[in-house]
Amino acid sequence: MAVSGIVLLGFVLVHMIGNLKVYLGAEAINRYGEWLRELGEPALPRTAALWIVRAVLAGAFVAHVVAAAQLTALNRRARPVGYRSPRDYVAANFASRTMRWTGVIVALFVVFHLLDLTWGTANPKFVRGEVYDNMVASFRRVPVAIAYIAANVALAIHIFHGAWSLFQTLGWSNPRLNPARRWFAAGFAAVIGIGNISMPLLIVTRVVG
Amino acid sequence: MGTVDLDPKVPPGPLAEKWDHHRFSVKLVNPANRRRFTVIVVGSGLAGASAAATLGELGYRVELVTFHDSPRRAHSIAAQGGINAAKNYRNDGDSIQRLFYDTIKGGDYRSREANVYRLAQVSVEIIDQCVAQGVPFAREYGGLLDNRSFGGAQVSRTFYARGQTGQQLLLGAYQALARQITAGTVRLWNRTEMLDLVVHDGRAVGIIARDLVTGELRRFSGHAVVLATGGYGNVFFLSTNAKASNATAVWRAHRRGALFANPCFTQIHPTCIPASDEFQSKLTLMSESLRNDGRIWVPARIGDDRPPHEIPDDERDYFLERRYPAFGNLVPRDVASRAAKREVDAGRGVGPLRNGVYLDFSEAIARLGRSVIEERYGNLFQMYERITGEDPYTVPMRIYPAVHYTMGGLWVDYNLMSTVPGLYVLGEANFSDHGANRLGASALMQGLADGYFVLPATISDWLAPLLGEPTVPIDDPVFTATETAVSERIHRLLSVQGRRSVDHFHRELGRVLWDNCGMERSAESLDKALGEIPALREEFWADVRVLGGEEHFNQSLEKAGRVADFLEFAELLVRDARHREESCGGHFRVEYQTPDGEALRNDAEFAYVAAWEWAGEGAEPVLHREPLVFEAVQPTQRSYK
Amino acid sequence: MDLTLRVWRQAGPEVPGHFETHEMRDVSPDMSFLELFDTLNERLIAEGREPVAFDHDCREGICGSCSMMINGRPHGPERGTATCQLHLRKLPDGATITVEPWRAAGFPIIRDLVVDRSAFDRIIEAGGYITAPTGSAPDANEILIPKEVADAAMDAAACIGCGACVAACPNGAAQLFTAAKYAHLSLLPQGQPERWTRVVRMVREMERWFGSCTNHGECEAACPKEISIDFIALLNRDYVKAQLRNRALAGQRG
Repeated sequence: MAVSGIVLLGFVLVHMIGNLKVYLGAEAINRYGEWLRELGEPALPRTAALWIVRAVLAGAFVAHVVAAAQLTALNRRARPVGYRSPRDYVAANFASRTMRWTGVIVALFVVFHLLDLTWGTANPKFVRGEVYDNMVASFRRVPVAIAYIAANVALAIHIFHGAWSLFQTLGWSNPRLNPARRWFAAGFAAVIGIGNISMPLLIVTRVVG
Repeated sequence: MGTVDLDPKVPPGPLAEKWDHHRFSVKLVNPANRRRFTVIVVGSGLAGASAAATLGELGYRVELVTFHDSPRRAHSIAAQGGINAAKNYRNDGDSIQRLFYDTIKGGDYRSREANVYRLAQVSVEIIDQCVAQGVPFAREYGGLLDNRSFGGAQVSRTFYARGQTGQQLLLGAYQALARQITAGTVRLWNRTEMLDLVVHDGRAVGIIARDLVTGELRRFSGHAVVLATGGYGNVFFLSTNAKASNATAVWRAHRRGALFANPCFTQIHPTCIPASDEFQSKLTLMSESLRNDGRIWVPARIGDDRPPHEIPDDERDYFLERRYPAFGNLVPRDVASRAAKREVDAGRGVGPLRNGVYLDFSEAIARLGRSVIEERYGNLFQMYERITGEDPYTVPMRIYPAVHYTMGGLWVDYNLMSTVPGLYVLGEANFSDHGANRLGASALMQGLADGYFVLPATISDWLAPLLGEPTVPIDDPVFTATETAVSERIHRLLSVQGRRSVDHFHRELGRVLWDNCGMERSAESLDKALGEIPALREEFWADVRVLGGEEHFNQSLEKAGRVADFLEFAELLVRDARHREESCGGHFRVEYQTPDGEALRNDAEFAYVAAWEWAGEGAEPVLHREPLVFEAVQPTQRSYK
Repeated sequence: MDLTLRVWRQAGPEVPGHFETHEMRDVSPDMSFLELFDTLNERLIAEGREPVAFDHDCREGICGSCSMMINGRPHGPERGTATCQLHLRKLPDGATITVEPWRAAGFPIIRDLVVDRSAFDRIIEAGGYITAPTGSAPDANEILIPKEVADAAMDAAACIGCGACVAACPNGAAQLFTAAKYAHLSLLPQGQPERWTRVVRMVREMERWFGSCTNHGECEAACPKEISIDFIALLNRDYVKAQLRNRALAGQRG
């Protein structure tokens, strides 16, 4: 869970930084898209590096989902008969207790997102390579923008717990530094959340594009 | 009944060489043959768990029976303060000889010299053993073990793990036990309570136990039976013992022929939280170690109702420091308890019910700082705060004596074997090495000494000649007869269908004992108790209400059996107290005291162990005496002044 | 004070259970929570009804027997406190208090509020010990242990094995119990030789009975001994390391 989570966290961060180039104009982000395809040349053929990264990501994604499913099954078995009176949670927070649901939301969103901006199936005005135009075209649709914003709220919540939890799971613990782990997770979630949400928000409100 | 053999089997030779000599002279069982012997161990506290683990390590087959859900719950876990050992790590004049002397003296010269000397010798190995198991004893910054001092000693020889020493030692023994369970040498029978001893041809050959979950009666057969079932302090109802602690196993063994020694030697612990109301279910001990840094006082003036901090120093009576300048607040438990009782009886008691004395840390906090006190006693202070709602860092604790430990128990010889051949008794369950009073931090020492080192070395002497003899089959008529007796008793308890709960009778019994056979006893009060107890017992069997059936988990039924046994045992306790016409240690007869109110021993007539033989229902028990011979120390009037 | 008690009653493992309501009038705030149950049971016996079964023993917060889910929290609302040390003065007058047993597959119900926690013994038996047969020990002061290490080991060793961590965990996981015992032994020098086998055996046994940790932190909040989830991090780290480590090199430094 944690190892695949780290890969995915790294991806989410890099993906966001790359996409923020949308604010530098069409040329900047289109060039960035092209650079991704050329990455590794001439040692590797064109798009090879990109496909390797995609494979790793897909692997991490599948591993993350499978591990989550196994964990869920194990934990369901561990308490087949639940409490009959309401629980009064003290430490477990909204994020930690909704990981399963925020995870499902994010997974569904990823499928839509790929259909929308990678393959273009869900985006009638899609033109391969025209990253800037594709984004603007997609985010100008109000329902799509809302979906993007909602999914990224879920993603931020998911990260808020996940980015803390991974330290525990991997045993990265030092009493002197432990308070920083919570701050790190909150900061990471905020950066990803704000960064990713800003794009559909500013485009749908026509501030950008 | 002259058939009882009260030979203590003390080995010959100089005191310091007896144990070595004895270990050389006992018969041994060779390692390959050990698995052919089955030993039944009852009880999983320090003594039982350490014995079962060690016997398992040696290669014997062990059946461990405990009524707890896990061996780790045994009441040893609640011991707070520490464990003594003559390591002399402090270089303050300690030695095996001194620990021996302190224990004999602290016990008011009513214990067997050879046993106590062995205890002091073995104490050193116990600490080594526990550290190797991972017991996290307190350490100094240099990494060496830390020590504290305890009542009745002028040296610092007590090893401790915060205020949870008993817990850590028990977990150590429990872990060793767990290892043997995995190794297959020990079989664990949890939630299984021994209800009778099976005696065949005068030998202990097994037990009958009840599976507390299903109610099924089980037969266990072995070459030897080891009882490590703790003390009988709960006969007083209110005590610091855990609620389930009981005397059933030892009482049933007594009825099957094991002599019961010195039952009147009960220890009242000076530092408990005073009872607050009649619904109180038990009393809570505050470790004696608190007396290291706390000062005990009462207002000098009777009826002084000011809050403690408003009473100036010169209007306080630090009565222990005043009366015992040499030992001050660290006098032995019996002395401290009686002194507190005297102040409360004189009307100087503190608290809403005027039933306590102050234990004040303000001076220690000023001298050492709050953090040091917190480090030493943090969990105890927290516990006090939870129970009373008062903060002991700012308000002095209120304490009062309560029944805590019982020195009496089944009589055993030097090998820890009772008068029933093949029946061994360890820890608090035997009449022990503590004489008439136990020193603080010595119970853990004795339990582990018996379990880790003494029994494993002596039991081979009994087992070796039995090589090749199978255990008595569990369908033998003797097992059937014993099981029938157990089962009939259960039916009897369930069939009374009276009006009053088991707890009602237990409380009543406790009241009779505390009032008449508690901290102070007199011929008059004891005679009164001897009249009341049989009447209460009769009432119990006519009017007790035990609901539910026998074939399921039934806590009322468990309790009923235990209280029924207490009702029989209590009479023996009082009878022993009545017969011992002297004061010694925890047994204080008001008729026998020095002009300044200290216990007055009568060595000429009572320097013996009183071992009582069961003579049957309704018959007076028969007294046997084991004379106590003192060669290494000369009994003197104890003085802690 | 007055309280309304809703208590779970269940005659046996296979029988369906239900809540039973009892009005407790005019009880003293100085009473402990278990004494409230004593009082209730005395009343039930007087009425000819079977008393409520509940595990309890030392009533000093150390034996770990007591195990009640009180208003949705193991051992009730007071932090760092076992049920037996909870006093009524900590509860609001007139409140309705719902009490049910620990619920977990690893803790099957025996009767009413009593559950079987033997699975914890199985975890200890799997490796929660240091192999040190009686008589084999060197002098107690031969191996120096820094005070910080001894203190940390003691922090972990304070676990009373009550099962509140499992009861509290939304996943029914036993990581805190396992980690506490593992950390106690594996922080000490004496625990090093068996460290890597210990972690693997204990974790595998734990997973046979219980759920798995997703770092809610609820166990730490429920623990009557306030044992830190930092120990879970240690358990996790060593479990990963144990998979990769060449154990033949365990005697080497650095």
